Amino acid sequence: MNWNSLLLMRFELGLLFIVLAILIFEIFASKKQKGSIIPFALILFTIHTIVGFLPLEDGSLFGGMFRTNPLLYYFKNVLNVGVLIVLLQSADWLKEKVVQQNKATEFILLLLASLLGMYYMISAGDFLMFYLGLELATLPVAALVAYETSKRESAEAGVKYILSSALASGTALFGISFLYATTGSLYFDAIATTLTASNLSVLGFILFFSGLAFKISLAPFHFWTADVYEGAPINVASYLSVISKGAAVVILVILLFTVLKPLLPFWSKIIYIVAIATMTIGNLFALRQQNMKRFLAFSSVAQAGFILLGMLSVDGLGLATVLFFVTVYIFSNLGAFGVVQAISAVSGKENIDDYEGLYRTNPKLSLLMMLALFSLAGIPPLAGFFGKFFLYAAAASKGYYVLVFIAVVNATISLYYYLLVIRAMFLRKNQDAIPHFNSNFYMKLGLVLSAIGILVAGLYSPLYEYVFTISTNFLN
Amino acid sequence: MDILTLFVIVPLVTVFVLVFAKNLKQVRIISLVGMAIQFAMSINLIFAYLKERAVNKDIMVFTQDYTWFKSFNIHYAIGVDAISVVMIALTAIVVLAGVFISWKVDDLPKEFFITLIILSAGVFGFFISLDLFTLFVFYEIAVIPMYLLIGIWGSGPKEFSAMKLTLMLMAASALLSVGIFGIYFNSNADGGALTFNILEIAQVNIPVAAQNLFFPFVFIGFAVIGALFPFHTWSPSGHASAPTAVSMLHAGVLMKLGGYGVFRIAMYLLPQGALNWTDFFLVLATIGVIYGAFGAIMQKDLKYINAYASVSHLSLVLFSLLMLNKTAWSGAIIQSLSHGLLTALFFALIGMVYGRTHTRDIAKLGGIMKTLPFIGAVYVITGLAYLGLPGFSGFVAEMNVFVGAFEHADLFRRILTIIVVSSIVVTAVYILRMVGKIMMGPLVNEEHATLPKATWYEKTGLVLLMIPVVIIGTMPYGLSEMIKESIAPFLERLL
Repeated sequence: MNWNSLLLMRFELGLLFIVLAILIFEIFASKKQKGSIIPFALILFTIHTIVGFLPLEDGSLFGGMFRTNPLLYYFKNVLNVGVLIVLLQSADWLKEKVVQQNKATEFILLLLASLLGMYYMISAGDFLMFYLGLELATLPVAALVAYETSKRESAEAGVKYILSSALASGTALFGISFLYATTGSLYFDAIATTLTASNLSVLGFILFFSGLAFKISLAPFHFWTADVYEGAPINVASYLSVISKGAAVVILVILLFTVLKPLLPFWSKIIYIVAIATMTIGNLFALRQQNMKRFLAFSSVAQAGFILLGMLSVDGLGLATVLFFVTVYIFSNLGAFGVVQAISAVSGKENIDDYEGLYRTNPKLSLLMMLALFSLAGIPPLAGFFGKFFLYAAAASKGYYVLVFIAVVNATISLYYYLLVIRAMFLRKNQDAIPHFNSNFYMKLGLVLSAIGILVAGLYSPLYEYVFTISTNFLN
Repeated sequence: MDILTLFVIVPLVTVFVLVFAKNLKQVRIISLVGMAIQFAMSINLIFAYLKERAVNKDIMVFTQDYTWFKSFNIHYAIGVDAISVVMIALTAIVVLAGVFISWKVDDLPKEFFITLIILSAGVFGFFISLDLFTLFVFYEIAVIPMYLLIGIWGSGPKEFSAMKLTLMLMAASALLSVGIFGIYFNSNADGGALTFNILEIAQVNIPVAAQNLFFPFVFIGFAVIGALFPFHTWSPSGHASAPTAVSMLHAGVLMKLGGYGVFRIAMYLLPQGALNWTDFFLVLATIGVIYGAFGAIMQKDLKYINAYASVSHLSLVLFSLLMLNKTAWSGAIIQSLSHGLLTALFFALIGMVYGRTHTRDIAKLGGIMKTLPFIGAVYVITGLAYLGLPGFSGFVAEMNVFVGAFEHADLFRRILTIIVVSSIVVTAVYILRMVGKIMMGPLVNEEHATLPKATWYEKTGLVLLMIPVVIIGTMPYGLSEMIKESIAPFLERLL
């Protein structure tokens, strides 16, 4: 084996190095130095993120179990940026609440371990590697969800997450075993050539899809979402809603377009129905939420429904629009969660009513929240508009006009509840509005990064064109 | 920088500078300077256009084309014909007048002017776009700021009105987006590449089935903002709750996006669909004209009267667009302009009266001509122009509309035309009654015997709007000549 070929795993090895470095730091750091774990981890991870943008070759390792190509690097970079923002937004909370309990290191370790799992999951070349990655991505998150041990809701959310997550993984694994039974192989390439539509393979697909649908919180597998988001620490909820969901969406779309393509006539119907159900159910539940975390949870369920529109166009266009939407969605949602996090850290308030009159005391935060929500609602010229418009275009290109129509109606409904938050912040006047406050440097940096993403990712067309090129090349 | 892109750049620069404004005075001066530049540019554009038109016979002039999203064939493509030029001039006038009228805004003034100017940037961008995608982007940029403008600075049930207006208009734009996809994915029907470019699509024969399917999407998508019955309900409550300058801009300019879009996109790009659907939408437009007029009669609140009158007059625009002939079309465009100016005048005047008397109820107003001679005089003139007195723009517009409508000899159109013509009488009733009661009648409230006179900025705003009303009314020839040339391509495509 050529040692140079291990460079293909640069992302994974780099992250592993960081995890080990943090562990060693933890062992040798004195009690006083424990607080500096946060800047230490942030600097390492920032370097890792920047290194990720260096060019890398295509290739596969371990007899095809692990593969890399520009599309996968691109998405790993997106995940890196997303996790970096999550870490920046968590820094304050870690310093104030977690360092005293001597648990800051574990938080960062678990988060990065989960990210490592996602790397392996999307880089997988066979179902075995995929499953290992999936589990590595899920299990640390369960611990993170239950991180605020002093809060009952957090523990409850942790149990809910681990139970339903285990069930979902089990279901997916069951489905994989059926697919193995029909094709006799676990390798994606081999399955793609031998898979045919039979009762057994379709059943295998349904089980497998259900497992992933849980991770993406598609209806009817979305029930855990709101409870877990509400109970989990805010940064963990934001990690779940963007990073975890984004990675699952990307691996799903890759598998559907390559390995499971022989079942296209079948799965396109399922995607069609699930898309409608997810959008509508997510929207209708989001309408009545008061708690911002639950609100964003249902909004993220609805967003997942929109993503499915892109999957109906089984070509470079579909893949590109899904990938692009996930990218802009990560920035938009992190912007919204970041503001919730900043406000909650200072005042402990998380309800929409508490935000009344916020613009007059904290104009910058309110503006960022407005940008993020408008981007989620798909208002130009923010990134979310381009993301959604292109998803619709992907579905319309295959003649799914009815579905596009249902989607745009849903987008209008979603605008209503996003406007409710904006109404509270901008329209209402309130004597006891949350007073003016300044966030610390890390939080500001995290918020500014997401704001830049929201403003630039759509208008700057070369980004989409790049995604389109790598997607087309990937499928050829 | 080309002459058209500046229309988007100047507002954006103004907004950028406004962000750094420190006090109310600076905010006013920056907004005024920015919009005055915009106004000067629009006057310049009219002359530049006439000069260019003499040598350039293309459908659109001053065209520029930059690729934006290559894989979708989305371009930043701009260009103007006479219709867009006059609409741009209208917008510039109304926005500048709106800045004058909003001189007194004191709650979050910086945010008010920033939002107002962003809205205007959207409108300008809309009128210069030749690409469906950029046009759609600018359209939504023009609509969304209304939520904040009405919600923060409005009055009455402002939260409700703002939400209703925004949701109805965004639902319409959702329909529109489906229509745009329908056009885009059929734009290769003749074997070319998929395109969003309006001029290129106009060369393509989109299959008739697709045209019939997508025409109503595009038509309703635009016509909702043009107050098509029964989708007009956002308009009265929205106008009544909006602050003065926003009502002016909204009724004066934003609602014109509807007629413009119907004409330029729905009818021009889907001609077969237009021919098949005209009868249905003609009936709706006729109902709108009559319904709006009777609605205005029934109202007691000045703003509601004007809002319903706008529904009536804008339905008239749609009506004459659907009449599908040269005279009616130029009537529709002149009516758009005329209504834009007059309704902006009305809302400005109502704002001034309300600012002084704190009521918009007709019953509580009367005889304020004596106390407010300038405002009163302009009010009377505006009212007369509105009901179509010769010498003002309203007459020229309605003349063209009805002459065009009567050109059709078939019974169906005859009947509709007669119904619509009768709305002139109804219009006269509510305008004369309103003006007579509040201006001429006996003094109702003793407190109204002494009211502050019109200030310099109010007068400037009113005069600014009044001048083009008189120009169009007395010298309509130049305008209709200018428009006629640009209508020719539509005639070719549709008839």
